[in-house]
Amino acid sequence: MSEIVGSYIVPVHPHPLLVPGQNEGWTKLRSAFDLARDRIAASEADLLIIYSTTWPSIIGHQIQADPNPVWNLVDHDFHDLGTMEYDFKIDSDFAAAWNECNKERGLQSRTINYHGFPIDVGSVVANKLLNPDNRIPAVMVSSNVYANRAETTVLAKACKDALKKTGKKAVAVCAMSLSNRMFTDFVQPEDDRIHSLKDDEWNKKVLEFLGDGRLEDVAQLSRTIQNQIRVKKVVAFKPMWWLSAMNDNRNNLTGEVLAYEALHGAGGAVVHLDPASNGSGDKEYDEDDVEIFGGERNVLDQDTEDENPVVKNPENSGHGPKLWDATTNEGSVNSTSAPKPVGAYPHARQVGNLLYLSGVGPRQPGDNSIPGGPIHDKDGNPLDYDIKAQTHAVVNNVKRILEEAGLSMANVVDVTSFLVDMDRDFKGYNEVWADTFGKFGPCRTTLQITALPTPIAVEMKVIAELE
Amino acid sequence: MPRGQIVAGCLAPHPPHLVYAENPEQNEPRSEGGWEQLRWGYERLRESLSKIDHDVLVILSPHWQTYVGTHFLGLDNFKGKSVDPVFPNLFRYTYDLDIDVELSQAIAKEAMEEYNLPCKMMENPDFRVDYGTIVTSHLVNPVFDKPLVVISSNRSRHYYSVEVMQEMMISLGKATKSAIEKSGKKAVILASNSLSHRHFTTESDIPEDMSKEHITSHAMHLWDMRMIDHMVNGRAKDILNEMPEFTEQSIAESDGGGFSWLLSALDEPEYPAILHGYGTIIGTGNAIVEWPAYKHGGVADE
Repeated sequence: MSEIVGSYIVPVHPHPLLVPGQNEGWTKLRSAFDLARDRIAASEADLLIIYSTTWPSIIGHQIQADPNPVWNLVDHDFHDLGTMEYDFKIDSDFAAAWNECNKERGLQSRTINYHGFPIDVGSVVANKLLNPDNRIPAVMVSSNVYANRAETTVLAKACKDALKKTGKKAVAVCAMSLSNRMFTDFVQPEDDRIHSLKDDEWNKKVLEFLGDGRLEDVAQLSRTIQNQIRVKKVVAFKPMWWLSAMNDNRNNLTGEVLAYEALHGAGGAVVHLDPASNGSGDKEYDEDDVEIFGGERNVLDQDTEDENPVVKNPENSGHGPKLWDATTNEGSVNSTSAPKPVGAYPHARQVGNLLYLSGVGPRQPGDNSIPGGPIHDKDGNPLDYDIKAQTHAVVNNVKRILEEAGLSMANVVDVTSFLVDMDRDFKGYNEVWADTFGKFGPCRTTLQITALPTPIAVEMKVIAELE
Repeated sequence: MPRGQIVAGCLAPHPPHLVYAENPEQNEPRSEGGWEQLRWGYERLRESLSKIDHDVLVILSPHWQTYVGTHFLGLDNFKGKSVDPVFPNLFRYTYDLDIDVELSQAIAKEAMEEYNLPCKMMENPDFRVDYGTIVTSHLVNPVFDKPLVVISSNRSRHYYSVEVMQEMMISLGKATKSAIEKSGKKAVILASNSLSHRHFTTESDIPEDMSKEHITSHAMHLWDMRMIDHMVNGRAKDILNEMPEFTEQSIAESDGGGFSWLLSALDEPEYPAILHGYGTIIGTGNAIVEWPAYKHGGVADE
């Protein structure tokens, strides 16, 4: 069973919390929040995970870790609606676990535990209405303004890593608007409506998809939706990337739109996505999957702000040697989920009851990126890099090749590791080894060498025994 | 009642790093200093303003972001604790601000009635004042002995364009000038924004490690120097004309409207501004600049 026992999309505006009775639509949204609250209470969830677009971050990803944040929140625009008092119970142990998993996947990440930290309006409205009386502990994460789909996907995968490690089951919540264009003048509650017919039509199309459980389709349309019905505020329409990755990029969830109404012109909806299959066939995930974040966030090109590649392709940039198709002689084992070779050789070859792997580095299949960054630029100037992220990536690539042969890490009997800078990197490499190969106990030899063919710091030569 | 006057206008950016580096008693985190070029710039600004008689500080902060109209703090006093949501490790500051509600209401009224700008007074006592306002207030007047007018940053740039934002901010600047003149008060007006504003996305283990500090990109540096050259040579019109390109290309914090509002309220000055300092903070470009309006039709006790 999945770690995610349910997902919800909820609006960020304070109206359903503070003044639900002032407008019929706000009343319906409040009723939908109440229904979602009851479903969450009846679920097996140990944890409520809230990803809010009204908590932007710049320095990586921030995770709320104050076990009991208490404060008063007043909305910057709608201060006349009243004060939102909050007194939350946060799972600070899970926050710490998620933070560590983020780092292991190459993300910049930190926990936040400061008295008086301003929890954002989206998170406050969601937790107060979906989880009154703190029935289950919550964890809240920021929405990084520079993160693209690859980075947001890795954030979700790291969260799932933490759920697996802690054995917890969670409800995932996205606090977000659909169309986010509000009226720029003050309007009376009774006059509230979706800002334009165009926004309304797009919202309904998005909700039709969600009602059909087609979450991954909405995620793939995120950039289009952002361009069509979203004012370019601080955070783009990226929560669907996170929520889809939390649900394994599926298109056959069981979806239900509980309410859809206007909030000062913006589109607010409460949607429930149940992990149970709706019976339809699932669709293929059509983008390069990313396991580890290895890029810089580049926002200087505003036209592509929402989809900047966070990773540079060394092959396309002339950085590193040409890539080859793996050779396919008798006994060869090749995996499409492992990076392409830099010469005419297979990923692995079986001889007798042994599987010999060619040297495996950290490059990622598909985009050829290097988690933790390359060790030098295309002109040979040294760069700072993360040896732990590189080593994790090597281990994952080894796993993929082993899995292609029907094996696992437990089958590995001998490893020869090559480092380009023993003094700098041995400690980090050794820590990752202990958490991965070290648990299975193969023999190991570690050597320093002058260079590797691509700008990487670590490579491993692996021998495994067939079962 | 004598006619009021804007006696000085300042570009007064609000990076919390500068307060952190100073270790004031109001701020919880402790530092080993850092960003001295800018802190010395603020010393020079304070020294300069200390020679100019003024009754009130009027601030437009890009971190009180409103999408529905322009808002003004509307109670006599606000107390509380401000924690920067982006840099909570650096800024956790206990504040106590007095507000000139009368002048705030007058500017809002002028903006609504004469320029048709939607405005609202913020009268919820639980409201937490944004950290941009607090940082600029602390750096310009650390003893907090002058009341403030605090104006939100309407994000019309996001809804429409920099051009539309600037039109609205020019109107708000005119309303501000007119209301101050009618009030009989002497005001210093402060645009609390940096220039180019692309941050680094990582932070040093020691945030004040100055070996890590530099502008994010050369293009940002060139834009900042171009703007400063306009300022110190009295070319406000050129700044306003180039504001859309500057804002878009250098991801400038002028997107919040403060810079346009400032130049409008100062009547698009053709006299040279005084550059008190320039430096970078986590990759962004920050200039501390004063337009000594009192020398050009204002009043001052020197």
